[in-house]
Parts: sequence; C-alpha cells; structure tokens
Amino acid sequence: MGNELIQAPLAGTGAANQDVFSETLQALAATDRNIVVVTSDSRGSGKLVPFGKKYPAQIVEVGIAEQNLVGMAAGLASAGKKVFAVSPACFLTARALEQIKNDVAYSNNPVKLIGISAGVSYGALGSTHHSLHDFAVLRAIHNMTIVVPADSFETTQAVQQVAASEQPYYLRFGKKPMPLLDETGETTFQIGKGRVIRRGSDVAIIANGETVYPALQAAQKLATENGIEATVVSMHTIKPLDEKLLSELALECKAILTVEEHSVNGGLGEACASWLLKNRYHKPFDILGIPDEYTVTGSQVEILNHYGISESGITSRVKTLLNTLT
Amino acid sequence: MEATKDVTLTLHNSLLTDDSSLITHHLSLKSREYRRNILKYIYKAKAGHTGGSLSCIDILNVLYNEVLNVSPETFTSPDRDRYIQSKGHCVEALFVVLADKGFFPESDLETLCKYQSHYIGHPTRKVNGVEQNTGALGHGLPMSAGVALAAKMDNRDYRVFTLMGDGELPEGSNWEAALTAAHYKLDNLCAIVDLNGLQITGPTKDVCNTEPLDKKFESFGWAVRHVDGNDVVALKEAFDALPFEKGKPSVMIAHTVKGKGVSFMENELKWHHGVPSEEQYKIAMQELSPAP
Ligand SMILES: Cc1ncc(C[n+]2csc(CCOP(=O)(O)OP(=O)(O)O)c2C)c(N)n1
Ligand SMILES: [Mg+2]
Repeated sequence: MGNELIQAPLAGTGAANQDVFSETLQALAATDRNIVVVTSDSRGSGKLVPFGKKYPAQIVEVGIAEQNLVGMAAGLASAGKKVFAVSPACFLTARALEQIKNDVAYSNNPVKLIGISAGVSYGALGSTHHSLHDFAVLRAIHNMTIVVPADSFETTQAVQQVAASEQPYYLRFGKKPMPLLDETGETTFQIGKGRVIRRGSDVAIIANGETVYPALQAAQKLATENGIEATVVSMHTIKPLDEKLLSELALECKAILTVEEHSVNGGLGEACASWLLKNRYHKPFDILGIPDEYTVTGSQVEILNHYGISESGITSRVKTLLNTLT
Repeated sequence: MEATKDVTLTLHNSLLTDDSSLITHHLSLKSREYRRNILKYIYKAKAGHTGGSLSCIDILNVLYNEVLNVSPETFTSPDRDRYIQSKGHCVEALFVVLADKGFFPESDLETLCKYQSHYIGHPTRKVNGVEQNTGALGHGLPMSAGVALAAKMDNRDYRVFTLMGDGELPEGSNWEAALTAAHYKLDNLCAIVDLNGLQITGPTKDVCNTEPLDKKFESFGWAVRHVDGNDVVALKEAFDALPFEKGKPSVMIAHTVKGKGVSFMENELKWHHGVPSEEQYKIAMQELSPAP
C-alpha cells in the first residue's frame, strides 16, 4: 500500500468498528469524488447520516431492497465508481447472495460489500437479524475476499486498502466499542496476512472481528492464573487465509483454538482445520463459535457469554484443549 | 398527513346500527388497551418498534377481534384463518393482541427480549399463536400466497392475511408474489399495507417512492381499496367486504399515522424504534387514559 495513512478521527478511541468505517470513508470521500455509498434504508445503522449530509451527491439510496442494492452497486462499479454497498450483514449476505455471486464476484465488479451489525450484534432481534452464515457462504464464492477487522486500527487500514483496490471485497463490522489491540506493538496491516496480537508458545488462539478482544483477555488471564502462554492472532482475512502464519502457529504451539462470532459450520475454524489437516499438521484443535442450534435470546453479550465466546469461556476451552495433551 | 389526503372515506356513520356502535365502542377501548400494553412492554424491555406498532394496532385489533377465525383452541385446525405479519419488527403489537386473545399469559411479556426468553424482538413460532417467523422484510406476501394457494388446492375456506410496511414494498419478492397471487386468482388472500409514510431513514416517498401504489397493485391484477387504518369502523367495513373482487387477491391500503395515539410520537421519525424515557412513558400513558 503506497497510500498515506489517513487518521480517522475516531481511531484508537475505543469506537465501534462500523463507526470507524464510516469516519474513514468520509475522510476518503473528501478527496475522492468517485467514492459512492449505496444504502438500503441502512444509513442510520451504518452511521452514514453525516456522510449523506456532507456528500449528498455520493450516496445512493435504494430503499429496503438488498438485491437491488448489490445489483446497482455492481452496475455503478462497472461504470467506474468506487462503490461501498452498506447493509446489515444478515440481509446483505443472505438476501442478495445471488447478486454477490454473479454480479459482483463472477462478473468481477469491484464492489466493496460492507456488512454492518454483524454476527449477533442485533441480539434479541433474533435469527433473522443475525449473520452466522456469511463466512460460510462467501467462502464458497470464488473471487471474494473476506475481511473482518478487530479494532479501529485494522478497520481504518482495511477500508483504505479496499478503497484503493480494484477487486470485490466483503468487510464485516460489529457495533460494539472495541479497544485498540496492540500488545505486540504490531503496526502493519495487510489484507491476507494475520496480525499477531500476542505471543506465547503453549496455545494459539486464532480469532477475528469482535472476538479477538475476549481472546486476548483470556490469554492474559491464562498467563497470570495458570502460567499458560498463548499466541493471539487476529485472522482478519478469512479468504485468502494466511497459510504461512498457520503453519508457523502449528509448529510453534501445542494446540490451536479458533474463535468466531459465526456458526461453527463453515467459518474461520473450519477454514483453518481444513488447511491444517490437508497439510498434515495434526494438533489438538477446537472451534469455538455459535453452535448449530436455535440461537438463545439475549443481548449480544448475553448470547456470546451463553456460548462461551468470552474471556472465561475461551479460558476454559483452552484448558480443556491442553488437557487432551496430558 | 399528506398520505391520508385522498383517502376515500366511507360514510360509516349513516350505516351504524345500535349493534355496530357497541362493537365500535368495544373495539376503540381495545385499541387503547393494546396501545397501553405496547408501550408498557417496550418500556420494560427497553427495546421495541414503537411507532410502527402504534400505527398498525387498530388493524390487528379488528383482525383478531372481528375477522380471523383463530383462537387458542382452533390454532392447530387446518381450517383456521392465517395471519402472517410481514412487518415483523412490530412484534409488540402482535404479542399484546395474542396475549389478550389467550394464546399465552400476558405476564410472559415481562420477559420480552430478555435472556433465554422465547419472546424475542420479532415473531417466532416458539410463541403460541404465531404463524411464521418473520423479521426480514419482504417475506410475508410470498409465504401468504403459498398458504392461500394450498387452501385452493385442498378446497378449504380459510383466508390468509398479511400485514406489510410501506417501507418494505421495494423488496422485489413482494412484487414477484403479487404476480403469482393474481395469476392463481388467490381471492382468499388479503394484503394490508400499513401506509404510515415513514421508514427508518425518512419519509417513504423520499427514500424510495412507491406511489401511485393503488395503480401498481391494480395493474398487477389485484383488487384495491383505501381505508383509514386507524379507524376501527372503517377497517371492519373493509374486511367485511372481502374479497374486494371475486377471482382477485385483495389489497387494503391502510392510511395510518406512525406513533398513533401518543402526541409526541405521531409522525416522528425517531420513534421508529425509540424507547420512551420514564418521563415520556408517564406522559404517553396519561394520554392513553383512562385504562379501559
Ligand atoms: C430485509 C430487511 N431489510 C432491512 C430490515 C431492517 N428494517 C427493519 S424495520 C425497517 C423499516 C421498515 O419500514 P416500514 O416497512 O415502513 O415499517 P413501519 O413504518 O411500519 O415500521 C428496516 C429497514 C429488515 N428487517 N429486513
Ligand atoms: Mg412505514
């Protein structure tokens, strides 16, 4: 990336990733009149109301019509616009899946699909509003890069990089405020390269998005209370997967746990498992995600706690996993 | 409200008999009770879709108390009428009516949106009386058309009703189903559009204009009728007139006010999913007093 780093105003302040996204996009749009945002009655949730006020000529509203959103975005992109199609991840990647597959990926129109309020961000609104399928379906589509930033740094970087790229992307954001994750002082971000947040040789915890933070909390707890040293990776890019980093982790650590705010079927965990097994890395391995069941009712935090996607849940999963070694 | 300007208001006053004025009185009291309960449970849950629930509650009131042949006892009958709420986000309206009709104890709603409750922020079949899981917009009409077609196949007399938001109309699935419903002459199907003129971003006409809506449905082969969707008498009359035309699906364009019944919520965008503060809750309940 030759781009100069643009400091989004919210970066580093513990803002929600999707808020950092909209701030970054505003900063980019100030100098690039070719950037167009397309929304489907979603500008409020996407925190794009200020964008619409500042750049009314650069926002297109299609109404509640996600298929139309993606189809139009593909058309706009094919005519040279730098298009960000923004809608809740649940509707964007389910309702408009065929438009994503054919109009964006297959036809190679460089639309940036932005899935907001992802995972179980919508909490008690229930399964219609959860996106626990998006990694799985998009992983199976050729020519689709899937990026799930963990904090404001990764978000700012990811938005700048995809804006400068001529390829289709899916970026997934939640709405929970996230602290900056920089225990190792890692200051580079590259799509397709996992970011090591913490180093330790007992276990590797591979997470993405909003689950990286509880993974880091668990690692700190494991170190102070149990003398277990964990590496924590923000595997922000699920596809293409950072195979080099995976093989390093498999060689360095005794066990691997993946964590994601997604179904245990077809997401980050299975992507890692399949690569590791195919390449003969036989390690104790487990996938922590939302199980294949009728999702419990609650706020996002209650749902994540219920399924152990939390500091204490990850801690106990790691211990169970390491116990299989003895 | 501009949207209500050209409503063909029926002269229902001249038609009122003693009997019907009793019904009217009863229904108006019910509407007030339902509005109070909508606010009560949204206030307790600290979540909910206030404006759209208040705009559609008179429609649900008339449907469940005067039109549908459903009750907790008949809910498993293959001959029951079906109600599928396409604008699922206004689940509070549905839940308070179902509780009133005895599908579950009203006290269950104390758990609305709480950890491990079955009462989530959208209709789900885990709750007794709910026909279909909705919440993603643009699903009610296609599913309803399917249920209505099954009635025709099996020579059953039940009818199917679906309630749609005006903001959800741009979903293409609605228009695909509109074609199919007319093609199969589903005159046992009735779609009600809650035309409150607002969605999340702003006025529906500014977000994605769907007018002239009646002409669109007509050209798709539907029988159309405008109705004041906050007037229980007008609603009852309209439902009594179904099917509006034999051999055609019916659509009721219900002109409503979003936030209806609470002065500071009426036609105010922010009450789409606004939750009242303690102060606002008190004022709102006062406006909806006395409790029936
Ligand atoms: C497919 C889909 N897209 C987006 C949403 C998010 N959403 C929920 S309510 C709403 C606005 C609905 O407006 P309208 O249909 O006019 O409903 P009402 O005014 O009756 O509340 C939106 C965009 C959704 N539930 N489903
Ligand atoms: Mg509306």
